[in-house]
Amino acid sequence: MDRNKTTLPIRGAADSSSPNSRFIAYLLNHAQVFFSSLGKLYRAPLSNLMTVAVIGIALAFPMGLYVLLKNLQVVSGGWNGSTQISLFTKQNINDEKAAELGQQLRRFDEIESLHVLTRDEAMSEFKALSGFGEALDALEKNPLPAVLIVRPNEKNSSPAQVALLLEKLRALPEVDIAQLDMQWVERLYTMMAIGERGILIIAVLLALAVLLTVGNTIRLDIQSRRDEIVIIKLIGATNAFIRRPFLYTGFWYGLVGGILATLMIEISLSLLAAPVHRLAGLYGSEFNLTTMNLITMTTLVAGSILLGLAGSWLAVGRHLSEIEPS
Amino acid sequence: MICFQNLFKRYPGGHDALSDVCFNLDNGEMAFLTGHSGAGKSTLLKIISLIERPTRGQALLNNINLAKVSKRRIPYLRRQIGIIFQDHQLLFDRTVFDNVALPLVIAGYRHQEIGRRVRASLDKVGLLDKEKQNPMTLSGGEQQRVGIARAVVNKPPLLLADEPTGNLDPELSWDIMRLFENFHQVGVSVLIASHDLELIKRMDHRILTLNQGRLFEQSSWDIE
Repeated sequence: MDRNKTTLPIRGAADSSSPNSRFIAYLLNHAQVFFSSLGKLYRAPLSNLMTVAVIGIALAFPMGLYVLLKNLQVVSGGWNGSTQISLFTKQNINDEKAAELGQQLRRFDEIESLHVLTRDEAMSEFKALSGFGEALDALEKNPLPAVLIVRPNEKNSSPAQVALLLEKLRALPEVDIAQLDMQWVERLYTMMAIGERGILIIAVLLALAVLLTVGNTIRLDIQSRRDEIVIIKLIGATNAFIRRPFLYTGFWYGLVGGILATLMIEISLSLLAAPVHRLAGLYGSEFNLTTMNLITMTTLVAGSILLGLAGSWLAVGRHLSEIEPS
Repeated sequence: MICFQNLFKRYPGGHDALSDVCFNLDNGEMAFLTGHSGAGKSTLLKIISLIERPTRGQALLNNINLAKVSKRRIPYLRRQIGIIFQDHQLLFDRTVFDNVALPLVIAGYRHQEIGRRVRASLDKVGLLDKEKQNPMTLSGGEQQRVGIARAVVNKPPLLLADEPTGNLDPELSWDIMRLFENFHQVGVSVLIASHDLELIKRMDHRILTLNQGRLFEQSSWDIE
């Protein structure tokens, strides 16, 4: 070889290419690792599928509960906005008298609307809801009273005002029982607050489980590639370069796990939709289960990605520095 | 290129691997490092490649004090050294091409540039036709040449080789040494640790001998 022809410039850390093209190369390396880490997962589908499934289930569980709770809040929200008082008339009040009473009450300022349920209507509703249909047919006469369902108007819906109205209605001679359907709504709300707190606790615990699962998977991955890491460290790889594929692997675990969780929730909700609709129908409601909206889904997947990244970051930070050539 | 001054290396436990070692390797110089196993050859190479730090004394690489290089700077310094191992340390989960390309990928070269340089490097070691194979399918001598191609692909000014012919028969060993000589002729500094005295004698280069951690200069006719 001719010594004059070949020169070997002594290169520093930054190779002679311009900073701009080095940056492009850096981005290209990211893109390359981005896809090659996905390819690596794809080539070992079974073990990775298990990791992803654990992430998916762990996230789907609290998120699914949360979606159900939100549905419950929608349902009860409808009730809460319209506090209603049920007036059960005395036995001797027939449908006409009940209608008269209704006319009379509609003139009250405090009352927004009023619905009279005739004895027959009360009977058929009871039949539909109670499931005692045929047994009730055996009764000779309808034992149920007519019911007036009263809704206070917006201005008079504060608890004190409603209580006042309740007293007034209870004093009517035609009324046997005046019942305010609010207490249980309040109780339901309190229960839902507990449920929300419970779900939060479960979510935190399971998020921790996801973090540890990803961390442990990445740790095993690091250990199985120990020799490779030593070699590329000797060749001059920076820690960032070595870290990159592991972080992207964590990213993919999070992304796929999050999508899996979303799918599991959506499938579960669609399985529940028909029976819930039937149940709502029994209550005379047109309620339908609402599924997750786009924002909730995005939040779920983004959260899952963050957990995946954090888990791999923890593992990489802890175990990569232990591997040094010797 | 390399300058050791009164360098000591003591391992935890009190074993002195190197004692009062002084030597210079000029830019473009080629030298052999010999000695019995355990004499400190590997330790000396490890200090140059920043795997170990000196206990006392100075080790300079391109006038950079190796004792003072921060951990963060180590990778960048290592890119200026091509290291060749006895067991070649190839990665068997990828092709010959990808093995050789690794230093360029690490240093952030563009795709086209990588292809050009890898092929040039494989051409130099005579393995251009094997680029798509897995190194597992190659013979020991060929694997060692892939290791050399990887070490020179980013044109480092210094090549370090630790027993590069340790597992090869004499004829293959001679080929490998001729290869190192080629790089030396184009201006690369080369330091080869080897205990193959027969081979070293035939090469007529500077010889550094380590004996129980102390370094002596020898010329090829000193070796019996």
